[in-house]
Amino acid sequence: MVYTLPDLPYSHDALEPHITEQIMLLHHLVHHQTYVDSFNKAELSLQTLPPGPERDDAIRVKAFNEGGHINHSLFWKNLAPSHSAGHPSTTDVQQDVGGVLVDGKLKTAIVEHWGSVEQFKEEFNLTTSRIQGSGWGWLGSDRSGRLEIATTANQDPLSGSSPLIGVDIWEHAYYLKYLNDKRKYLKEIWNVINWFEAERRYAEAIAQN
Amino acid sequence: MYAATRTLARPQAFRTFASPALNRFKHTLPSLPYAYNALEPHISEEIMTLHHTKHHQTYVNGLNTAEESYAKLGDSLADAKKRISLQSALKFNGGGHINHSLFWKNLAPASSGGGDISKAPTLKQAIEKDFGSVEAFQKALNTKTAAIQGSGWGWLGYNKETGKLEIVTTANQDPLLSHTPILGIDIWEHAFYLQYKNVKPDYLNAIWNVLNFEEAESRFIEAKA
Repeated sequence: MVYTLPDLPYSHDALEPHITEQIMLLHHLVHHQTYVDSFNKAELSLQTLPPGPERDDAIRVKAFNEGGHINHSLFWKNLAPSHSAGHPSTTDVQQDVGGVLVDGKLKTAIVEHWGSVEQFKEEFNLTTSRIQGSGWGWLGSDRSGRLEIATTANQDPLSGSSPLIGVDIWEHAYYLKYLNDKRKYLKEIWNVINWFEAERRYAEAIAQN
Repeated sequence: MYAATRTLARPQAFRTFASPALNRFKHTLPSLPYAYNALEPHISEEIMTLHHTKHHQTYVNGLNTAEESYAKLGDSLADAKKRISLQSALKFNGGGHINHSLFWKNLAPASSGGGDISKAPTLKQAIEKDFGSVEAFQKALNTKTAAIQGSGWGWLGYNKETGKLEIVTTANQDPLLSHTPILGIDIWEHAFYLQYKNVKPDYLNAIWNVLNFEEAESRFIEAKA
């Protein structure tokens, strides 16, 4: 298996001012690219490495970088420009607008679970900001449509429920703009969360039921 | 009878003081042994300022909050459960405070001996014995530290059981417990990102110029004693 870096569904400056172009360029073209390259390298080495500590290490490296690739691939798609004007789509698909949650199954489920969308965001942000190290905050759904806020450490992918929204809380995701102010980043990112993608994922998660 | 015994058992003086919680020891942010710009150009003033006044300060505050809550707990089983629930805050913030306190001291401006391993003759000899050469040690330290999958620390540690120097890594803010810390390198992204972006090897090569080998030497001699 060989992975390749997916294109962003928008230009690198499209999430400004909430996430800067500089961050997007580094995050996508360097960090995510490195996960892809490192995965491919580890995967290749496993074709010939005999059992032993080197092989064990390659397995660890492969898992870490595969997680990084999975998580970031989900991430780019669950972000969208907060304004569609002036940000041409890089794909043929009609571009989603970030920060807009329309009435629908997902909104209903969120309000039912947390009382309001604002309450959900607050709890999501609090939980995510409390990760002790690097990791991700997630909104996930089980197959019955029951929602949960979950976190994963480092590049562990979300397991036990289907990821609807992932938020990267590794420092590289925000430090160049927000410095140590994690809370501000988490507040701002909701302007560019792609709820339309989350809704599609939600529909897919419960369709499997 | 029982009540009288209990009252007698408590010295009167103790009861007239304010509650212990108010007199509790509080951890404080240690001052840097040098100016914020003293490690330039290897570690920027911007990073040092944020790292010390924001990140480390936050660990100090978090530790004090966790310890304050811990100290208020009593003998009940419910409180035992609360003590357990405080463990991760104590470990994370306590480790953060411990690690960074060690870190500032094992850095020094190049102008006052930073990066000069001749300041650590005993340690240097032991490094050569346990790693083959200083270069081999540096390479191993950088490689293992860069390979941490997430946030953490790379350490040169002294193993008291084997009497050997070893490279050890710890995750997140876990304190180094298995070895005596001789040198610690912070590889959390906040430690280098503003200056080095994703290029960890550049940061690791640069920090070598500001490692405080004099401090490392004294830690090593103390560890072996």
